[in-house]
Amino acid sequence: MTFSTTTRRLLAVATGLVLLVMYVPLLVVVANSFNANQAMTWPPTDLTVEWWGKAADSAGVREAVWTSVQVALLATLIALVLGTLLGVALSRYSFFGRSSVNLLVILPIALPGVVTGIALANGFRAILGVDLSLWTIVVAHATFCIVTVFNNVQARLRRMGGNLEEASADLGAGVFMTFRLVTFPQLRSALLAGGLLAFALSFDEIIVTTFTAGGGAKTLPIWILENMFRPIQAPVVNVVAVMLIILSVVPIWLAQRLSGDTDALR
Amino acid sequence: MERSDRRPVSRLLHRWPAVRLTLLLATPLAWLLLVYVVALAALLVTAFWSTDSLSGEIDKSTWSLDNFRTLFENEVYRNVTLRTVGVAAAVTVIDVAIALPIAFYMAKMASPRARRWLVVAVLTPLWASYLVKAFAWRAVLSEGGLVEWAGGVLGIESPGYGLPAVIMTQAYIWLPYVILPIYAGLERVPNSLLEAAGDLGASNGRAVRTIVLPLLLPAIIAGTIFSFSLTLGDYITVNIVGGANQMLGNLVYVNAGAANNLPLAATIALVPIVIMLVYLAIVRRTGALENL
Repeated sequence: MTFSTTTRRLLAVATGLVLLVMYVPLLVVVANSFNANQAMTWPPTDLTVEWWGKAADSAGVREAVWTSVQVALLATLIALVLGTLLGVALSRYSFFGRSSVNLLVILPIALPGVVTGIALANGFRAILGVDLSLWTIVVAHATFCIVTVFNNVQARLRRMGGNLEEASADLGAGVFMTFRLVTFPQLRSALLAGGLLAFALSFDEIIVTTFTAGGGAKTLPIWILENMFRPIQAPVVNVVAVMLIILSVVPIWLAQRLSGDTDALR
Repeated sequence: MERSDRRPVSRLLHRWPAVRLTLLLATPLAWLLLVYVVALAALLVTAFWSTDSLSGEIDKSTWSLDNFRTLFENEVYRNVTLRTVGVAAAVTVIDVAIALPIAFYMAKMASPRARRWLVVAVLTPLWASYLVKAFAWRAVLSEGGLVEWAGGVLGIESPGYGLPAVIMTQAYIWLPYVILPIYAGLERVPNSLLEAAGDLGASNGRAVRTIVLPLLLPAIIAGTIFSFSLTLGDYITVNIVGGANQMLGNLVYVNAGAANNLPLAATIALVPIVIMLVYLAIVRRTGALENL
């Protein structure tokens, strides 16, 4: 199958255009965060850093950032422990129901967010009778973050094979010593990558969060959603949106460099 | 021997792989089952309960099909369901139509170096916040926004906020999720097959139609599972760019929150679950699920 130069050029142009459309809306948000016109009409006639100063001074924004960081750190921590255990179990042992366990890990992120959100909210409120709080958000986020750690750990262990662990056992190391000295060092960068992905996933999640956050806990995405429709806050929302883009894309870039392959990011 | 006698736990674990496996699986499985599976099962149960309209408390003693009756008989719910499925289908068709040529260029035409860059370029916006992307389209489509300005130059009118805006925004948000599985699927189509088709005299169009597309079908369906499922459950985008329109997710959210009718919300949430299960059952035989 050979392609004419015209076909190649056409497809190259189409790819370029699609990528352009992918990035332009995000760049518009960045540009609007410096747009001096409060109504953000396009194109911006004057630039200002006033909104960035206002965002930095806003107690609501600072509080929301802190809530989001707390939630993301706690959820990542839980996901790291649970995801590692599952990853080791599924890549080193074969057992009955393995594919069901695999499906169970993916399910919280594969089902529509509304379903996961209402199921957890209903579970907390109607079944357990727990009040929604920062902790209910953490439990919800940890549940769908497990998959990112799990994917990274499993991919790494599959690639490494079990030879080194067997050698370690043959040489007399116990189960824990083998994990500490052989398995864990191999996993370290995979765990960092999985953890960064989990952090990014939790940090900008909105749908499940709206269902599991009570009145008290406000994450950064919830702050954006609440202030988006207030014209006075609109410029500051732009700034926060840019912060959210940076805070979710930077961990991904780091994770990608650490894991060395792009497949782990899906 | 003497050394391992001092480590009875380690020795036990070494001797019995089943004990090791049980210990590994116990905590994560307990978490997933107790938090998630029980919650999903409870959702199904709650759908049969009702809310006392006076006290606002959930009546757990009477089981009835009233919520399901409301869902089927009330025209509003039927219309919203149809609208949601329509939007999800439109988003899916648009995304596949855009993703196919892009993925083909990435997998079969670009140089290996360019390919790596293109994959990163497609992946990066995937990870930018969903909320920010919807917000970005609100800004782009706003009065005096980029689309109106650019449209003025080209002589096209901005669609403003409404269902077309919801479809555009959702198609935009889920596009990378559709491109990536199709790209991965195309990478698995051997170039030798395409060369053989060319050598045997097949035109490019025929080679794509009879060789590439049949091999690619599972990957395409894997992509559509993402765009379809994720659009079905959306309610944020439609709030942000959809004007007064509602999707199933809005009804779930309103009933769970402001209307304080968790049982009805649970019943409505079963609709996207059932639709997805039906869809998955239909496409399961194509092998698409292994491509997720």
